[in-house]
Amino acid sequence: MAQRIDVKDLDVYYGSFKAVADVSMMIEPRSVTALIGPSGCGKSTFLRTLNRMHEVLPGARVEGTVLMDGVDLYGNDVDPVAVRRQIGMVFQRPNPFPTMSIAENVLAGVRLNNRRISKSDAETLVEQSLVGANLWKEVKDRLDRPGSSLSGGQQQRLCIARAIAVKPQVLLMDEPASALDPISTLAIEDLIAELKNDYTIVIVTHNMQQAARVSDRTAFFNIAGTGEPGRLIEMDDTRTMFSTPSVQATEDYISGRFG
Amino acid sequence: MTTEPTTSTPPPAREVARPQRDRAGRVFAGLSTGAGALILVVLAAVAGFLLLEAWPAITAPAEQLSRISWIPADGSLLTYVGPLIFGTLVAAFLALLLAVPVAIGIALFISHYAPRRLANALGYVVDLLAAIPSVVYGLWGGLVLAPLVQPVWQWLSETLGWIPLFQGPAATPARVMMTVGVVLAVMILPIITAVSREVFLQTPRLHEEAALALGATRWEMVRMAVLPFGRSGVISAAMLGLGRALGETMAVLMILSPGLTYSLALLLAGRQQTIAANIALQFPEASPLGVSALIATGLALFVITLAVNMLARWVVARRADFSGAN
Ligand SMILES: Nc1ncnc2c1ncn2[C@@H]1O[C@H](COP(=O)(O)OP(=O)(O)OP(=O)(O)O)[C@@H](O)[C@H]1O
Ligand SMILES: [Mg+2]
Repeated sequence: MAQRIDVKDLDVYYGSFKAVADVSMMIEPRSVTALIGPSGCGKSTFLRTLNRMHEVLPGARVEGTVLMDGVDLYGNDVDPVAVRRQIGMVFQRPNPFPTMSIAENVLAGVRLNNRRISKSDAETLVEQSLVGANLWKEVKDRLDRPGSSLSGGQQQRLCIARAIAVKPQVLLMDEPASALDPISTLAIEDLIAELKNDYTIVIVTHNMQQAARVSDRTAFFNIAGTGEPGRLIEMDDTRTMFSTPSVQATEDYISGRFG
Repeated sequence: MTTEPTTSTPPPAREVARPQRDRAGRVFAGLSTGAGALILVVLAAVAGFLLLEAWPAITAPAEQLSRISWIPADGSLLTYVGPLIFGTLVAAFLALLLAVPVAIGIALFISHYAPRRLANALGYVVDLLAAIPSVVYGLWGGLVLAPLVQPVWQWLSETLGWIPLFQGPAATPARVMMTVGVVLAVMILPIITAVSREVFLQTPRLHEEAALALGATRWEMVRMAVLPFGRSGVISAAMLGLGRALGETMAVLMILSPGLTYSLALLLAGRQQTIAANIALQFPEASPLGVSALIATGLALFVITLAVNMLARWVVARRADFSGAN
């Protein structure tokens, strides 16, 4: 189910402002790829082009190709809605639907695909997904409570459960642990390590240790100055990136000698 | 050790600023409490006035009341007010039933579908509808709309006549409840649309994106994120509209051919009447006791409106846990 993503010569715009320029990278299946770089260098922007979420903003557009197992996601006959059903996303701020219960939140994406899921199938899926997101034990007795009644870290894991309930091919995460305490963060990192057996994962993070802990490959983005587009500086195995990067800027950034 | 002096002597600027801030806070608290109390006092005063003025009619012997020409022969205020309350509710809920779906549709179109320019223009037009005086609506309803819809009502009564609501033959001219419902719906459309639009626009981007990222189409996103978030706002909007429809006088007076029955037939003339229109109709020639009886019907309208609003609050509060507010 996990798929390789091949990005070629990608330029990303907000109206006339070019936010990201000329990115080419290969994202391997069943691996965790970390995107790092200073604030404003276009990590989120780039991540959102991988599931065509970028274009939901007015004036936003993309040039270049993103191939998922050979199919161009930006091809003329590709429906962005179908792309998003295969490529799940977890946002920086947890965003469970406040009007839905915990169980309904988990099923939200599934109901879009398949309205007539039987009650017992639904229950199984809710349990599976919540177990997968490491949240089952904490919420199994209150599945009908609103999703917003959970703590921030629990809400974020609920969002992960919601994303994996549809069994996507790829999971994109934009700083999923940035608003969480160290314990919830570790829970989510453990989760990522488990999920990578089944999914291709791309994660944006500001936390170097986190990138080093969870990822197999690391991509460093940088920006030359304000108004300039962000660029991919270097991408390599995480161990290499953190020990012997080939670009000086990468080393400066990773070792905290940046700016 | 070195920090000790700073903790023992707080900065002096703070000591000066403190009382002033407290005073501003107290003034604000006083003002808002006062405003809240004032509303209650006004409400109580209105209720007191209505009760006081209605008292003679409420306590008058039946024999005396029955001498008023438009009060039923049994001289009971209740038999008089009953059909009026019924008519008022029918008119208002009919208007609501017609207006709410259309208003939600327009509001969603403006907030989530239309291109920016068209959305602005459309919002403006809808707001303009609110500026039209109700007399004009009454004239338009009686002179233009009634002849226009008569064939439609006729067709309705012919095809759906077996439902009591659409019992035929449809009256000519169409001075019937259905026409009133349409006009009232147009009148309350702007307020419901405007409030709903604002609520829909406030749907957190985060929730909309959550839906889109799961692979929702635009309509599915609206159903998953926008409508649930806006639900309580739309209910409030509908209640504002209902309040206006309950009290609307001129338009009803100028369109409806009145009658005092408990009939649900929307296409027949001379079946229903609303409280407000009835007061306007009878007031000019009423005797002192008659005026008192009319005010008693006004008291009934007051109570209905209050009850409707409380019901709406209860509906909104019932699922407060699941609202988007937190
Ligand atoms: N909605 C938007 N409209 C216009 N410009 C935007 C928008 N969102 C982001 N940008 C711009 O695009 C550039 C890249 O932003 P992006 O959010 O991708 O950065 P980032 O690397 O994720 O930063 P951070 O680490 O702070 O999240 C920035 O210059 C930003 O100002
Ligand atoms: Mg970001």
